Amino acid sequence: MVERHIWLSLFCHVVLLIGAAVVCLPLYFAFVAGSLTVSEVQQVPFPLVPGDHFVENTVSAWKEGDFGRLYLNSIIVTVGIVVGKLAASVIAGFAVTYFRFPFRMTAFWLIFISLMLPVEVRIIPTYEAVADAGGPLRSFFAAIGLTGFLASTTGYQLDAALQWNMINSYGGLILPLIASASATFLFRQFFLTVPDELCEAAKLDGAGPLKFFRDVLLPLSSSNIAALSIILFLYGWNQYLWPLLFTTEKEMYTAMIGLKDLIPVADAQPAWHLAMAASFFVMAPPALVILLMQRWFTRGLVDSSK
Amino acid sequence: MPASDAMRLNVGAAARPRFPLRLKLGSLVSSSETGLKSSHFRRPWLAAGLLAPQLLILLFFFFIPTWKALSLAFVQVDPFGATMIFVGLDNFTTLFSSPEYRDSAVLTLWFTTVQCFVTLFVAGLFAFATDQVMRGRAIYKGVILLPYAIAPAISGVLWAFLFNPTVGPLAQMLHELGYAWDPNRRPSDALLLVSVAAIWKHVCYDYIFLVAAFLAVPASVIEAGAIDGAGPVRRFLTITLPMAAPTIFFLIVMNFVYGLFETFGIIDVITHGGPAGSTNTLVYKVYQDGFRQLDLGSSAAQSVVLMAIAVLFTVLQFRAVERKVNYQV
Repeated sequence: MVERHIWLSLFCHVVLLIGAAVVCLPLYFAFVAGSLTVSEVQQVPFPLVPGDHFVENTVSAWKEGDFGRLYLNSIIVTVGIVVGKLAASVIAGFAVTYFRFPFRMTAFWLIFISLMLPVEVRIIPTYEAVADAGGPLRSFFAAIGLTGFLASTTGYQLDAALQWNMINSYGGLILPLIASASATFLFRQFFLTVPDELCEAAKLDGAGPLKFFRDVLLPLSSSNIAALSIILFLYGWNQYLWPLLFTTEKEMYTAMIGLKDLIPVADAQPAWHLAMAASFFVMAPPALVILLMQRWFTRGLVDSSK
Repeated sequence: MPASDAMRLNVGAAARPRFPLRLKLGSLVSSSETGLKSSHFRRPWLAAGLLAPQLLILLFFFFIPTWKALSLAFVQVDPFGATMIFVGLDNFTTLFSSPEYRDSAVLTLWFTTVQCFVTLFVAGLFAFATDQVMRGRAIYKGVILLPYAIAPAISGVLWAFLFNPTVGPLAQMLHELGYAWDPNRRPSDALLLVSVAAIWKHVCYDYIFLVAAFLAVPASVIEAGAIDGAGPVRRFLTITLPMAAPTIFFLIVMNFVYGLFETFGIIDVITHGGPAGSTNTLVYKVYQDGFRQLDLGSSAAQSVVLMAIAVLFTVLQFRAVERKVNYQV
């Protein structure tokens, strides 16, 4: 390294200390608020040191919001997103890079196009797709005449069998969030850098595609998979808009929506102490992941957008 | 036997003169061989089976919804979905002539632009400082990265509390200073609060990329600058910053995408788009009009406008990534 400037490095430390303070400030006050009683939290001026009710508030927020159930929902949805997206993408990436078949480029483009539109821009039609997942199939079977044929020959009502409402279901919370090809694209880019000799050698040894995939490609991708699953975990856990739209029953809420419900609205009792205590256990899982696996996740994040 | 694509791509990018609006992927997928390993399998049915899960999910939750949004934008539907009339571009002309929509568009432009550049500036300052200090670098990094784990909605909750006009500690300080802070009534306060929460949440993202970009500048170039007598600040401005330019361009695009699409949670938690529409960004308005007002035609037209914006940003993003490849030493 080159020469050192004492004033510059002092200035830099000050900048970073201010930065760290600004990051911590909301968290600190949230902790203070979470440790006070309902009357203390309304004091003017606001207390600067924490009280001793944090555990108590956490417990009552947990009970009031029924977070046992919501936490379980969050875990199921997040794991579903991570596993579902990784599994679907890694095999699709394998197919477009390692197989020659008709319409290969069509398949690649169909997948690639989905990178263009984030879920937020198509909320209403996706909502309909989830509320009536069988709709496209019904129209399709009606169009080819199968519905009428079945009804007239066997009396079987195909339309009635194809009514799938996925609102308030785990599928409805998970599937729309998997419908993007970012991870597929990533695996494709990675597979392109894998040396060709590996596949040649596997073929010479008589390994079929699936054996090659399982014994060579997957182990090689393990660090990519690890980095990607951290990012997908944060993505899944922190989802807000989808659970808000797709859940109407309290048992299907995720922890994030449960927290939203704890925020005091105007004219109600300002129970900020409960909301703030709850915000800690809702943000704990992703925060722990970031703290414990920082190296993995920064690498994964920077790599994934290359 | 064609050379491997990765090699062809790298060699090509370095040797060929670049055409300004050419996408990396445009040049990548020109022939049917592209993106195919030279050592590959010929089992079409197995490939179809491997692709099926991804393509089916995309069909049901991407292509059909997108197609519906496109077609809904040109029809008029009553709230009960009973009748549907083709109205051509009426939804769009109504939309663009509506003062509310124009206000929302102007507001979104302001909000995203300010958010984008403030975030980038703050992150750049932190990354510069991180690059300079020796001691405590890991701790600073760990703390500054923390908001990455925090959902936009939670960032909204935290800041909504800090600046809550009745109980918020910082709002109380502002009141003591004689400023009548109230984000529930004053539009400018609400917009400021949403912006602060959005920036606080997003600085860490830019920071990660900038720290990596600054680290990637070869030490030899920096040392050459030092030998020529350039001080640290001058070296940063004339060497590090230009070499990180592709990353910065990429981050500008990503910040706009974040400001446009991912701040929904913050807005929904803090202001619900109010007061008086002062924080009603385009994405929030789609949600409001579609799910609260049940004006599906207008909402679909708005979705189509957003889709156009999203496609534009994706093109820019790929262009940014391409430039990053070309600038790398």
